[in-house]
Amino acid sequence: MENIGVVLALAGAVLAALVAGIGSAVGVGMAGEAAAGVVTEDPSKFGKVLLLQLLPGTQGIYGLLIGFVTLTQIGIMGGSSDISWVKGVLYLVACLPMAFVGYKSAIRQARASVASIGIVAKRPDQFGKALIFPAMVETYAILALLISILAIFGINGLNV
Amino acid sequence: MAENQYIYAVARVRSREQSLLTEAFFSQLVQAADYNACMRLLKEKGWGAETALDPEDMLAAQREKTWSFLKEIVGDTSIFNVFLYGNDYHNLKAAIKEAYTGKDFPDLYMKEGAVDYRVIRKAAAENDFQALPEEMRGCAAEAAKVLAHTGDGQLCDVIIDQGALTAIRQAGEASGDDFLKLYGELTAAAGNIRIAARAARTGKDEAFLGRALADCRTLNKEELIRAAAKGEAAVADYLEKTEYREAAGELRKSVRAFEIWCDNLLMRRIRPQIHNPFGLGPLAAYILARENEGKMVRIILSGKRNGLGEDVIRERMRETYV
Repeated sequence: MENIGVVLALAGAVLAALVAGIGSAVGVGMAGEAAAGVVTEDPSKFGKVLLLQLLPGTQGIYGLLIGFVTLTQIGIMGGSSDISWVKGVLYLVACLPMAFVGYKSAIRQARASVASIGIVAKRPDQFGKALIFPAMVETYAILALLISILAIFGINGLNV
Repeated sequence: MAENQYIYAVARVRSREQSLLTEAFFSQLVQAADYNACMRLLKEKGWGAETALDPEDMLAAQREKTWSFLKEIVGDTSIFNVFLYGNDYHNLKAAIKEAYTGKDFPDLYMKEGAVDYRVIRKAAAENDFQALPEEMRGCAAEAAKVLAHTGDGQLCDVIIDQGALTAIRQAGEASGDDFLKLYGELTAAAGNIRIAARAARTGKDEAFLGRALADCRTLNKEELIRAAAKGEAAVADYLEKTEYREAAGELRKSVRAFEIWCDNLLMRRIRPQIHNPFGLGPLAAYILARENEGKMVRIILSGKRNGLGEDVIRERMRETYV
């Protein structure tokens, strides 16, 4: 029980990487199917649809970043891993925004990407506009990343 | 998750929608000097081969192209069988009449069908319909019996048409897909109204109508039968009370005007699928758009062949999907 703090914090790091990663894997897969469909009919659109396919992949990267930062803060990557159970809970909670917002935003962004790939299929000259729709979803993944990072760095200075 | 199944297929359809014939192209076809000019324009669009083809061969080749494309992108096309039931029941009529007359009409059969036309032909020739799907067996046996006993080809057709409408509506319901349900219901309702209007014009009785009309959700069969027995005007009056009230005016003009209205209604209902990136809807809409395209090309070519004026052909045109 004396290591419960680090266990809880590790669970938070794992959740951020795992859940956001799953969301991105599903999202990139969905957009990839649509992209493959368009490229089968017109290979010249590969570059444009590839960019749209990659957009839902960022959440997985953010999840990995949060996981990595948490691991360094709790001493798993080196240093002391002696943290209280309260801090453990706080790290776990700090990782949740990235885990859940990452998952959901990756899926929703993938749907927007699929729709935008449809635009590129028909109106390749409208690629710029098509890119904006899924990119808007990214805002919320970035907000979640920010709040998770601020919280993780803030916990270190707390005397609990 | 079911709608995520068709992402690849919808993306391919989205690209292919570019090659659908547009209203502007149809207008160009109507304005073409003659039949040969129409055929040239169609060939430029990739319809038909280099060598001169019969228009029916060209349309059949287009239909085959559409279905082989669908098989390529979704593998199992059985979910779209609802669109092929019309062909199956057409083949059934041909097979039963072929068996009755003892003559061969191989050109009457449509190759694309949910059931292989050779199976239908064999079943009719042997008067054993067990090899056919369950929903087809009953009406096939009844139609063959009626034709054998009475020699009434019209009644035979009516029984098969009723079977076709019932099968299409039931297949739409059973699919669980909203779009296919809508298609099944619209097809059955439009078919019923068309049959009722024609029966009213030719003075058919209620017993005939009871045999000819299929059940459907948006029309009350008994009321429609009573209205048709009274006459065409009564059918139009009955429609005023249903969700097809817009069709009443068209029906008062002519059955052809009503048929055009039905086709246009279907196009209007499927058009939102052009913006839908998920699910079965866009694929089904693409099949219907291609069918509609074939119908319009047939109307124009036949009009040009028979020397009809531009205005007459234009009156018969339908709305396009794109």
